[in-house]
Amino acid sequence: MSGFTGYIQLVYVLTAALFVVGLHLMNSPATARRGNQVALTGMVIAVIATFILMIHAGTVTTTGWIVLLTGGLIGSAIGLYAARSVQMTAMPQLVSAFNSVGGGAAALVAIYGYYDAESRGGGVLGTTTVFTVLDVLIGSVTFSGSIIAAGKLQGFIPSQPLIFKGSRLINIGLAVVAVGTGAFLFSTASLPAMLVLVLAALAFGVMMVLPIGGADMPVVISLLNAFTGTAVAMNRSLANIIVGGFGTGDSAVAVAAAADAHVRSIAADDAAIQLAYASKVIIVPGYGLAAAQAQHGVAELASLLEDRGIEVSYAIHPVAGRMPGHMNVLLAEANVPYPLLKEMDEINPEFARTDVALVIGANDVTNPAARRPGNEISGMPILDVDQAKSIIVVKRSMGHGYAGLENELYYDPKTSMYFADAKKAMAELTAAVKTLVG
Amino acid sequence: MSTALLTDLTIFILALLVGIEVIGKVPATLHTPLMSATNAIHGIVLVGALLIGVTAHNVVGYIIAFVAAIFASANVVGGYVVTGRMLKMFRRKAPEPQPEVESLNGHKGLRGLADKIGIGRTGS
Repeated sequence: MSGFTGYIQLVYVLTAALFVVGLHLMNSPATARRGNQVALTGMVIAVIATFILMIHAGTVTTTGWIVLLTGGLIGSAIGLYAARSVQMTAMPQLVSAFNSVGGGAAALVAIYGYYDAESRGGGVLGTTTVFTVLDVLIGSVTFSGSIIAAGKLQGFIPSQPLIFKGSRLINIGLAVVAVGTGAFLFSTASLPAMLVLVLAALAFGVMMVLPIGGADMPVVISLLNAFTGTAVAMNRSLANIIVGGFGTGDSAVAVAAAADAHVRSIAADDAAIQLAYASKVIIVPGYGLAAAQAQHGVAELASLLEDRGIEVSYAIHPVAGRMPGHMNVLLAEANVPYPLLKEMDEINPEFARTDVALVIGANDVTNPAARRPGNEISGMPILDVDQAKSIIVVKRSMGHGYAGLENELYYDPKTSMYFADAKKAMAELTAAVKTLVG
Repeated sequence: MSTALLTDLTIFILALLVGIEVIGKVPATLHTPLMSATNAIHGIVLVGALLIGVTAHNVVGYIIAFVAAIFASANVVGGYVVTGRMLKMFRRKAPEPQPEVESLNGHKGLRGLADKIGIGRTGS
C-alpha cells in the first residue's frame, strides 16, 4: 500500500466511523435527524476522497469521466425527484426501489471487477472470488426481488401470490444452478459462467418474491434489507413465507365464534358520546387507516379529545402499515407527537385501564384468537384491545383480514362496530364530538 | 488462507457485531427511517462504481460504469433525502395551534402553555 492510497484508506475508515455514529444517533427521534446528517457527511467525504484517488491515479479516460459524471447526475436527479415527490403511504415501495438499485450497483461493481481481472488474463481465482460471487449473487437477487416487491406494493404487479405448477421445482433448480456456478467460479475463471450466475440469481429473485402475497411484503422488504427481525414479529418463519403458503387468501377456516354470536353496530353519535366522556382512549391504527388517507382525521379527533383533557395514545403493532415503523411515519406526517406512539409491549398493560379502544383499519393484530393454539395466527403477538372497558371498531364491512380469519374481537359484547370508511368516520366522529361538547 | 481474506473476514465479523449492537437500540418508531438510512449508507457502493473508471477503457467497462453510477447515485441521494424528509416530521409536540384560537379559549391556552413549558401530557 503506497503512502497515498494509505491516506485514502484512512479517510475511508473515518467514513465508516461516521456511518456507525450516524446510525447510533438514530436510537432516539430527538437525535435521529443529526444521525442522518452525520452519515451523509461520511458519504460526501468518501466520494470526495474517491475523486481525489481517481485524479491521482490518472488513468481515468475523458470518456470515463463523462460516463461517470453523467451517470451520477442522472441517478442523483432520479433519486432526488423520487425522494421529494413520494407520498408517505408509498414509502415501502420507494425504499424497496432504492434497495433494488443499490443491489444492482453492487452486483455491477463485482461483475466489473471480475471482468477486468479476467480480461487481463490474470487469475481472479482464490480469495477474491468468494466475495465477488457473493456480491453478484446477493446483489442480483436483491435487485430483481426488490423490483418485484416494489411493483407488488405499487400495484403494477398483482399483489396476490402468483403460484404456478412446478414453481418450487424451478426455484430449487435456479438455486442449484446459482450455487453450482458460484462454486465453479471459485476454481475456474469464466465469463460465460459469471453470466449464468447473474441470470440465475436475477431469476431467483423474481421467483422468490412472486409467490408472496401483499400482506407479507413487510417481511420481504425487511429480508431484502437484511433486517430479518420483523419476520419474528409476524410469527412466521422466513422459510415458510418464501416457500409460499401464508397470505394465499384461500385458507379461511372454521371460526371459533359461537353460533349465536352477533355484532353490535353503532352510529357516529353513540361512538362520540363514548369517546367524549372517556378519560383514557387508545387509538389502534392499522393499514386500513392509511389506505383511506385518514391519518389527518384521526389526529384531529385525537387533539379534540386531548383538549377535553382525555388521555389519548396510539398503540402501534410492529407490523402496522406496510413496513416496520411505517405507521409511525404516517402518523408523524399528520403531526402526531411521537411520544404518543406506543410500542406494543409498552401499551398492552394499559388497555385494562382504558375506557375506549378505538380500532381503525386494524384487524388480525387485534384478534384474541391468536392467544389460542390451532389457527393461522396462533402465537402471533397481538395488541390486548379486548382488555379495554369498551371497544369501537371502525371498519367498512365485516370482511376478513389478511389471515382470512374471523376476528373474535368483533363479537365481544364490549365491542361496537362503526361501519364506515375510515376517513369519513373520522370526520363524522369529530363533528359529533364537537356538537356534543359545544 | 491469505492475510487479505483474514483481514476482510475480521472487518466483516466486527461490522456485523457493530450493526447488531447499533441497530438493536433503535426504537420501533424509527424503523422505517432506519431502513431507509441503512439503505442510503449501502449507497457507499457508489465509491466502487466510481473506481470502475480507473480501469475502464472499453465499451463494456463504460456501460457498466454508467449504469452502476446511475444506480448508486440514485440510491445515495434519494436515500438520504427521503430519510431526512421522514425524520423532519417526527416531533415531540404537535405544532402550536393558531394564537388567536388559544387566546379565545382559556382551556386551550392553558394546555398550550403547559405544552410550552414542557409539563403537558403530550410532552411527557
